[in-house]
Formats: sequence, C-alpha cells, structure tokens
Amino acid sequence: MILDSLTLSAARFEKGTGWTLKPQGACRGEVCVPLPDVVHDGQVEVAVVAERLGMPLVESAADGLWSLGPASLGGHVLATAEAPELELPDLEGRPFRLSSLKGQKVLVVSWAPY
Amino acid sequence: MWQALRNELHPRGLEIVTVGMDTAGPEACRPFIEAARPEHPSLVDVGHVMAERFGVVNIPNGVWIDEAGMVVRPAEPAFPPGGVRVARAVVEGGVPERMKAIFAEADKIQVDREAYGRALRDWVELGSASRFVLPPDEVIARSGRRDHSAAEGAAQFELGQYLWRAGRGDVAIEHFRAAHRLQPDNFSYKRQAWSLVPAGAGVFDRFWQGPVEGREGEWPYDSDWLSEVRDKGAENYYPAMEP
Repeated sequence: MILDSLTLSAARFEKGTGWTLKPQGACRGEVCVPLPDVVHDGQVEVAVVAERLGMPLVESAADGLWSLGPASLGGHVLATAEAPELELPDLEGRPFRLSSLKGQKVLVVSWAPY
Repeated sequence: MWQALRNELHPRGLEIVTVGMDTAGPEACRPFIEAARPEHPSLVDVGHVMAERFGVVNIPNGVWIDEAGMVVRPAEPAFPPGGVRVARAVVEGGVPERMKAIFAEADKIQVDREAYGRALRDWVELGSASRFVLPPDEVIARSGRRDHSAAEGAAQFELGQYLWRAGRGDVAIEHFRAAHRLQPDNFSYKRQAWSLVPAGAGVFDRFWQGPVEGREGEWPYDSDWLSEVRDKGAENYYPAMEP
C-alpha cells in the first residue's frame, strides 16, 4: 500500500494489508504474530509492524511516499490456507467482497486485457 | 469465456468470480467484460491486488476456495474448456511482422483446457474428497515464494503503478524494472509494464510489448514478451496442472 506517513489508522492498515491488529498481535486467519505496543490513539507505527511481519518499506523520498510491501515472514505468499479477504470494485465501481460468497465453492479467475 | 462453465456448475454449488487486472484502469477491461456479459461477479483490479493477496504471477489464473473460505488450490494457470486458441485468420494480411511472430509463439503455448475443466467438475462433484483438493500445508507450499526480496518487488511494483497513474511514467519505469529484477518469475508484472509502453501499433499496441523496429534504443526494459517466451520456450510458458 502507498503511504504518505509512517503512522496511519489501524482500520486503514488492516484494509490495506489484510492483517488484523488484535491484542495477541497481527493476525491473518489463525496465524498471529506478536507485536510490541504499536497502536496509540488508534494510530499504528508502521515501521515497527513492517519489521515484525517482514513487510518491506520502499521510500520515494522525492515524493514523500512509501510503498509498504506484503508480509514475507513465512516465506510463502499465503501464511495460512484461510482465504484472505479481497475487496475489489466491478466496472461501475461497486465494491464486492469475496467473503460474501462464503458457503459456496468459488473459483477466482484472474485475466488481463493485454 | 467462463460464462458457459458457470451456467453448468453454478446450479451445483460453484460461483465464479473473474478479476480483470490492469494498471491502465477499469475502462481497459470494459470492452472484454461487456462482450462476455457475465452473470457472475466480474471485478477490476487496477492495483494487482491478486498478486499481493493470492500470488497471481501470470494470467489466466485460478484459485479454488471451498465453502468454509479455505483455499484448496492456490493460484495456477486456469483455462475455460473449449476456449479458442489464437485464430490463424488473424495472422493474415495487414498484421505487422512482430505481431505475426507473437501470434506464432502464442499458438505454440500448450494448454490442456479440458483437463482444467475436468478437475473443476471433479471438485464440484466430490468436494473435499476430490483428488484435486490440496491439504492446507500443500496450499501454502504451492502459493509461491515470498521472501523479503520478492515482497520488496511487490512494493516496487505498487510504487511504479502509483507513479504511472500520476502521469510520471519515466519514474515509474525504474520501479517496474526493480520489480522485474526482484520477482523474475512474475510474468504479469512484466506483461503489465511492457503493455504500458506505447508502440504506435494501433489495435495491437498493448500486445506489442517490445521494441519498435528502428527505435530499439527507446525500449526501457531488459526483456520483452517475444524474447522472454522464446528464451523460456513456449511449451514451458504455463506449468501443467498437478493433482
């Protein structure tokens, strides 16, 4: 995710990374990574969480931006077989959440027009 | 192309979700989606979120998720049964030589469409007893490598996309190049970046994905679609499906 500050709201961090901040740490599915006290007044210290989860921070100093990469701590794309949440829009911009299909088998197909 | 399979399998408990991945924006996907007239959710992913969340590194690609929300097959090449190969008629008159060469290589890419459809039907029929359903440890193991450098590749690619959309393609290219170096096996990162370089090739522009004759020095990347597929071998472009 693209950041213009290294502190951001817990809600934005969770939506952008798919990791949920809980008392026991940062969690995705049944996997939780313990964290020090990184949330103050609802704001997350991104650099600390990024280091714990193995999320690279690439800085574009000229633009005052950082790009926060995905977690790498497990060495694989999926840290758990539990499907990550995915929210994407349709052509008209209406958001759709993959979790709304729970209870059905789902095939998610990626394609590209190039 | 997926609608026919959805017509067959939706009454038996399968939903299909298609995701068009394109940094260029939703309008680039629109003509294809409107032509397909899908009755299933059809989404657009302008940020390659599918790469970050599910490890999609080439297209077309499929992920299977069961009723409990567990991934039972991670991202892998996926093809609808009965799809068409590159139409040879397209290779006739009026097509630039480079595009003829690209079509010829694409035509050599080996895909067993019927096998994918059979596997999908097996899963829909048998559920967790299907031999195509993988245990959680295997799902994770097959979901793709993500060490720190691969994750940095994702961060570089996202920064490149952000800058490209901000109209700063020259700076974006440096980040796309970094992403290609850090994730050399991510073919969609390459195809996406290559497809954003104008080639002046009209309807073929986004498929050109390589240097223009006489202006080779302007090509900003270390490889291109045609070179990459020839080096790798068209027959190796998509790994075969393993049960």
